[in-house]
Amino acid sequence: MNRSTDTYRGLIDKITKEYSKSLVAKIRKLAEQLKNVVKIMDFCGTHEWTITHYGIRTLIPDEVELIAGPGCPVCVTPAYYVDQLISLSLEGIEVLTYGDAVRLPASAGHTPRSLLEAKAGGGRVHIVYSFMDAVKYAKTRSNEMVFFAIGFETTMPSVASVIMKGKVPKNLSVLTAYRYTPPIVKHLLTEVGAVQLDGIIAPGHVSAVIGASSWEFIPKEYGVPTVVAGFEAIDVLAAIEKILEMKVRGKAGLINEYSRVVQWDGNKLAKQAIFEVFEVRDAYWRGIGFVRESGGFFKDKFKEHDAIREYGLKDPPADLSKEVVPGCKCHEVVLGLSKPTHCPLFMKVCRPDSPYGPCMVSVEGTCRIWAEHPEFLRLEEIKSVGAALKDLG
Amino acid sequence: MVKDEKVTIAHGAGGREMWEVISKLIVAKVPEGLRRTKGGIGIDELDDGAVIRIEDKYIVVTVDSYTVKPLKFPGGDLGVLAASGTINDLLMMGAKPVAIEDAVLVEEGTGMDLVREIMNSFIRVVTEEGLALIGGDFKVMPKGSLDTMVITSVGIGITDRPIADSELGTGDDIIVTGPIAEHGATIIAAQLGMLDNIKGLRSDVKPLTNVMLPLIEKFGDYIHAARDPTRGGVASILNEWASAIGKTIIIRREDIPIEESTRNFLDMLGIDSLQVASEGLAVLGVDHEVADDVVKYLRSIGQVQANIIGRVVEPLSDVVKGRVLAETEVGGLVFVDTVSVLVPRIC
Repeated sequence: MNRSTDTYRGLIDKITKEYSKSLVAKIRKLAEQLKNVVKIMDFCGTHEWTITHYGIRTLIPDEVELIAGPGCPVCVTPAYYVDQLISLSLEGIEVLTYGDAVRLPASAGHTPRSLLEAKAGGGRVHIVYSFMDAVKYAKTRSNEMVFFAIGFETTMPSVASVIMKGKVPKNLSVLTAYRYTPPIVKHLLTEVGAVQLDGIIAPGHVSAVIGASSWEFIPKEYGVPTVVAGFEAIDVLAAIEKILEMKVRGKAGLINEYSRVVQWDGNKLAKQAIFEVFEVRDAYWRGIGFVRESGGFFKDKFKEHDAIREYGLKDPPADLSKEVVPGCKCHEVVLGLSKPTHCPLFMKVCRPDSPYGPCMVSVEGTCRIWAEHPEFLRLEEIKSVGAALKDLG
Repeated sequence: MVKDEKVTIAHGAGGREMWEVISKLIVAKVPEGLRRTKGGIGIDELDDGAVIRIEDKYIVVTVDSYTVKPLKFPGGDLGVLAASGTINDLLMMGAKPVAIEDAVLVEEGTGMDLVREIMNSFIRVVTEEGLALIGGDFKVMPKGSLDTMVITSVGIGITDRPIADSELGTGDDIIVTGPIAEHGATIIAAQLGMLDNIKGLRSDVKPLTNVMLPLIEKFGDYIHAARDPTRGGVASILNEWASAIGKTIIIRREDIPIEESTRNFLDMLGIDSLQVASEGLAVLGVDHEVADDVVKYLRSIGQVQANIIGRVVEPLSDVVKGRVLAETEVGGLVFVDTVSVLVPRIC
């Protein structure tokens, strides 16, 4: 007694299932023509969620390995920002930020361990859902506040456009922890070296802002097939299929699978706002190191909004040795060098309800996602019983 | 025991951690012979209620403490939740509810109007169901030692044949009586302050008397297991069943009824709807022979989204013994586990 296809959703589900079946069949056929195991990086945390939630690794052949990438802003945000914001909050300057950022661990040995702990110890910390929310909150109060702005190109326009319109009250400044995504991909393909990638599933929402064209350098300069993809199961399956097809044909290119949202040149207004307000500088990524031209910082023109200037914050501070909390492999996980299950702390000391490392904090963090989808602890076993289950109808 | 181990929210969230702590702290300390009365169902069966046999009749007793934040939410409040939850626990044991007792704890300083409103809700549900409210307790705790209000409720019911979930076996079909996760999704939205932005969310909290009593009357012996998926959601119940009988339960995710608003909201947060609570829903383990008839009947009495969602099978290997598997919407395979820590405490 299956669900009726009379309803819109029933119909969508049916189409999704049939289409994904045909994609899986194509993927399997293409995989037969592969000479070696193909390693594909799914850049975004949300891609990784889709892959685990829909059991996509159980559908595709062993010759195709999906590796979670660095697309989780909270995971790569330096601990030194957290340390300095904790101090400000305890001095009475109110820190406004997102719900997951308050749980982001400070640097090794630092107490309190997070903004949330600082709040419990009397620090002024307030959770907001967006920068607009922070602006509204600041307007109704007179105390000094800092907005902790974490994110990739997706969230930068929301701050930039409000700043350009001059709608930010004087008691609110912004600590920009913004990071650009193309530089980290370049870094992955050049500096790290340990993971030889055969394909990249490029971010969907980031590309909606910066445009699919931003990823042209990957096939051109590195010969790696790249597909900009959306976040439904069929988007990811289609991206895998297209990457394999390019691999088999021996021709690396860039394909925009997410054309219903992403345009070749992106969103011009959003891009203009980013360029107008922020300048690009080398920036530190937590546990990874400095990545060339990867950070977004306020231009001089907007310095009155800059919390780094206003409070004399160190970015970066001299000592970066405590960015990685002892034993944590988050920085290797975001680069695809380790799997969460390789970390001895995973689901022991480090759990979703008490995150120890930054990858366990956000719903985009690979460790957090794997914690919620424990099937991956036993992937091989699932695959072996999967075939037998099909007989049951 | 780990040094300095602390009780966490997970220990009370209806998942693995909670059953572990109950087993260790309570069940294991009670002598084997005192875990049930003669011929009855007792504390070691992790069912919705206890059963005491008196000659050829069975008295069913259930007790539960109810707490929810916020106290009032779309679709109900703490009073409706406590009364409905108690009634549903009796129904899931196959019993006709007869009487209720309540123990109310209130934090000093709480508004009298709020307490009155919640108790009015509680009494309204109890009296509408024709149940006797035969006793109770009312205590006030000093400010700060309790979060506003907690209701503990005892339910008493009677039956000729209790539904002991241990009767569930290979070949039985798993049925849900309606769309899942509505209560939990509503509470999560309320706690995140998102109710104003999310349209259509509403708790399903209600007594299931009008569903369960006629169903038991018509299909009695064919219903091998029944539970209401509150804390821990459908995932938690199926895992308990699979583990208790040492079989595998396979479900098909696309067959699980869920309202579009609930699904969209939970997908947005990355929360698995199978782990989210309902308060007006039953999960049934039913003989395969009558499963289609049960669904037809449920739909004819107003449970229009009732559906078969899966089946109990012989475990194909040790890996899947006592586990729950789901076929995903695109044909992938995942384990359905209980990871209750991810869901804010809601009931």
